Amino acid sequence: MISIVNVLIALGVALFGFTLQTSVGGINRKIIARLQKRRGPKWYQEFLDIFKLLSKRATSHGWIFDFGVIMALGGIIATAMFMPITNNIIAFPGFDNFFIFVYLIAVGMLGMAMSASGSGNPLASIGVMRALTTMLAYEVPFMIVVMTIIKVSGNTSSVSEIALFQQMAGNNWFMIALPIGFVVATLSLMGMIGKKPFETYIAPAEIASGPMVEYGGKQLGMLFIMHEITIFIEVSLFVHLFLGGATNIWMFLLKYIIVYTFVNLISNVNGRFKIDQVVVFFYKWPLFLAVLQAVIAIYFKWVI
Amino acid sequence: MESTKFSPATRLTKEEIDRKWWEIGDYFRRSSLWMLMYCTGCCAIELPPAMTSAYDMERLGMGPMATPRQADVLLVTGYLSLKTLRRLIYTYEQMSEPKYVVGFGSCTINGGIYHDSHAVINQLDQYIPVDSYVAGCMPNTEAVMNGFIDLMGLIQTKKADGWKRYRDNNAWYKKNQIDSLGVVRVKDEFHD
Repeated sequence: MISIVNVLIALGVALFGFTLQTSVGGINRKIIARLQKRRGPKWYQEFLDIFKLLSKRATSHGWIFDFGVIMALGGIIATAMFMPITNNIIAFPGFDNFFIFVYLIAVGMLGMAMSASGSGNPLASIGVMRALTTMLAYEVPFMIVVMTIIKVSGNTSSVSEIALFQQMAGNNWFMIALPIGFVVATLSLMGMIGKKPFETYIAPAEIASGPMVEYGGKQLGMLFIMHEITIFIEVSLFVHLFLGGATNIWMFLLKYIIVYTFVNLISNVNGRFKIDQVVVFFYKWPLFLAVLQAVIAIYFKWVI
Repeated sequence: MESTKFSPATRLTKEEIDRKWWEIGDYFRRSSLWMLMYCTGCCAIELPPAMTSAYDMERLGMGPMATPRQADVLLVTGYLSLKTLRRLIYTYEQMSEPKYVVGFGSCTINGGIYHDSHAVINQLDQYIPVDSYVAGCMPNTEAVMNGFIDLMGLIQTKKADGWKRYRDNNAWYKKNQIDSLGVVRVKDEFHD
């Protein structure tokens, strides 16, 4: 039964995700600074940035511009509410299906696309177009890998049950059981959270930060909050699907921080692809490897 | 003696409450300054060492931003010809308030070595309000970093109020701009 307690837990999960990802993002800025022989900002710099943006005055470009931002933030918070954190902390048990995340996360993305197009800036339209093209590129290999996981773990698409399946047989995580698929999913994760080689739709030096070009002040602050929660959703999905979920909250924090830092480190020694290179890259090797992994795991049943 | 147990709590007026909120906002605004670099002159060469590992301005919470809407500080690095001044005014008016301006080098103070040029303006403060200057031709990178820390101090002591001055004395600034440029109209080609 869904009661008011579930809703409160769900809002707590969304708030937890925002706080976690903002802190981890700040710590990662410091790690990257050390990588480049700098001191780096304070670990809570991302909080300062967001609160500063919320304290500024902003211009509006019409009601679609404002409404789209609220729709993006609301859609992403609604998606984060379904996310299981550990085996026990699930806001709505039985509703944490993988496809719920795939469908609901599109609400936030479309809200942002609508709002950016409402600003009327051509660079925003280019950015939205590139974001959707990148999505088209990474979704196909990622979906094939996830379908393989759903098939292997006994035809369940519930994220928490997939995590439980991996914990049952002696912690046989899909990261080890499906190694080729893990590589493909890591590349797709980098595309999902917009890290460097696949950062074509932000590209500050090229299209002036793409969809965010006309935002300032409060709207930009809300988009930053939305961006943090989006990264939380994608990285925790990855933790649950490939790293065997978590039995307690500390295990979840550890796995989350390792995954995000690893991806960020790879990202910061790379340059940026052009948009056609992104599509060609994803449709060449990751797609081939994903199909290879599916054939090996499903037809030959060679799962380690 | 009157009992203090039931004495009424001190009521803050609306102005005092507003001021307290504004001070909290000032803390966030001065610890996270995002720059928009308007690199017109040679002083721009001082910005790469200030941003990278030599002086690392990210430890102060500063960073470059791509568009005027997202930025807080406008850095005018060097001389401004009449053609670039027009673009600078468009850019400044697009920034969201509170916004600050830092002028680099002697060119923005009194014209510097371009003081007798027919195509270059002499005092930037006549056209848009400047909160902090970094003097020198060109300034050292240490001076640039010092200028940013000065700007943070000015925000803390509420002296960085150029955006308020621009709003209050808008007629005077507009007259100066029109005298130099002929016509200044911030055209919004998407919504006109």
